[in-house]
Amino acid sequence: MGPRQLDLAQAPPISVPLRFFLTAPLFAIAAAGVVAFHGGAMFASRFMPATLAATHLLALGCLSMTMAGALMQIVPVLAGAPIARPRMIAGIVHPALTLGSLMLAAAFLAGAERLFVAAAVLLGVAFAVLIAAVVHAMLRARAKDRTARALHLAMAALGVTVVLGAGLGLRRVFGAALPIASLADLHPAWALFGWVGLLIAAVAERVVPMFQLTPAYPSWLVRRFGFAVLGGLLVWTVARQAAVPLIGDIAAGALAMLYVAFALVTLRLQRRRRRRRIDVNVLFWRLGMVLAIAAALAFATAATGVLPARAVLVVGVLAIVGAALSLVNGMLYRIVPFIAWFHLYTLAGASPGMPNVKDYLTESRQRAQFALHAAAVVLLVAALVLPDVAARIAALAFMTSALAWQANLVAIVRVYRQRARALASAQPAQG
Amino acid sequence: MTTIGDFMLGGHAACDDLFAQAENAAGDWPRAEGALGVFRDTLLEHIAMEEEVLFPAFEDESGAAQGGPSETMRAEHQQMRALLEQMADAARAHDERRYLGAADTLLMLMQQHNMKEESMMYPMIEAAAGTRADELIAQCRAIELRSAGTCTCSRHGAATA
Ligand SMILES: [Fe+2]
Ligand SMILES: [Fe+2]
Repeated sequence: MGPRQLDLAQAPPISVPLRFFLTAPLFAIAAAGVVAFHGGAMFASRFMPATLAATHLLALGCLSMTMAGALMQIVPVLAGAPIARPRMIAGIVHPALTLGSLMLAAAFLAGAERLFVAAAVLLGVAFAVLIAAVVHAMLRARAKDRTARALHLAMAALGVTVVLGAGLGLRRVFGAALPIASLADLHPAWALFGWVGLLIAAVAERVVPMFQLTPAYPSWLVRRFGFAVLGGLLVWTVARQAAVPLIGDIAAGALAMLYVAFALVTLRLQRRRRRRRIDVNVLFWRLGMVLAIAAALAFATAATGVLPARAVLVVGVLAIVGAALSLVNGMLYRIVPFIAWFHLYTLAGASPGMPNVKDYLTESRQRAQFALHAAAVVLLVAALVLPDVAARIAALAFMTSALAWQANLVAIVRVYRQRARALASAQPAQG
Repeated sequence: MTTIGDFMLGGHAACDDLFAQAENAAGDWPRAEGALGVFRDTLLEHIAMEEEVLFPAFEDESGAAQGGPSETMRAEHQQMRALLEQMADAARAHDERRYLGAADTLLMLMQQHNMKEESMMYPMIEAAAGTRADELIAQCRAIELRSAGTCTCSRHGAATA
């Protein structure tokens, strides 16, 4: 055994990531459905039951779902650490996350205590297994590079998010008097600026230079971003807890500036890309980064407490649907065709007429869905200002976009399945 | 002192650059065929350094040949060669869609391949090579000179065609 136990052929079976990727848009559709059903009333505050339901359908069922699938696929490559028993891990995480997300949304909508408990157990299992699998893979491979470090930090933030969420559940169901004052602010901040943001940044730092052929991210940003963000979140958390608003505001401002810096650097790098063609992927990146800047600024403003309760919702819309979902949506248009291509190649070799990554889904279908998504984001922000007029229109736009997203992903997988089946039936005839 | 990793990393960076030129030239076919020729020669030369010098040295020292990491890398090289051929075919047929599709596929494959080499394969080769590292780099440089000297590269073929 060498210095590192290795298997460079680490790709998991294709069913492992695909189940996550094909489930994610369904939760976006469900979230849009909740908004369409409840309309403008749910934009009164982020604590409305329907608002909490829609938020968690997106954050758990859509974003965390995609990220779990992406981790199974990319940890082996990015951190050089194959995940042990990927089928078993996916077989636990995927159903637990799916059911847990659904139950949590139902619990919010119905106000049902028992459902909260069931959701907490399922989500706890899903995330505990996911974190354990990823961390175990990196420790076993002794992966110590910058990406491994960034992934460890993202996993830590996910752990904190889950614990804070469980605390909120305990308080709600059992009326537990927890010694934490601002759980309801801390939980979403750790979720978005910790778990989701750190994971996206860790991936961006590798894939933007690699696939768009841009210069590398500056090393000061790469080395310090993750620690600075976690440090900012910790200081903010302690300041909120100790009721020292000045320190809290400074920490929130610093957190926001970190994300603004990361997004600005990304946009600037992408302007210097050596691949000249602007594909849909670049459009999703630009939209996501611009909205990440907007979300960070909105968060810093909201954290000072000067905004009315309703306006705080803008942070969630910008960060979840605007920044994170744009990036995730665009990224799947690259990952899914590539893994389909890769697995077909492994089955068949370079047989003539084998589809290349661009043959799985036309550029025009991707562009159409990008336009729908961008329109949905604009309308959702408009709905915050004019809930009675725009909420249902925004919900329909968002649902249309999510349906198109799902249809596009299914179309990619269908091409793969047809080919794989044709190959399977051709093989015995040859042998 | 140059390590094996540093030396080979330079090759990956050069391939990135030349890839971009070949892809950007799509549609302008004489220029595309020229740029693709240069990219292909450089990539194949880099692969030759790995397959003829570095991997055998690693396999000798570590005893890991069959089913080992270098075997996976060789298989991916094979995929990269096939995609280079597809690009060349598409360029000859002036088929922009197929050219860009093959290019995009090749870039994704090549980048994840290079990343695995940089983070795992090259460090393992360095560990296995020990004091022979300089000798191996010299052998790689000889491959560079070999292709520069004979110059049967398609750059010239394409220019006269
Ligand atoms: Fe290689
Ligand atoms: Fe290489």
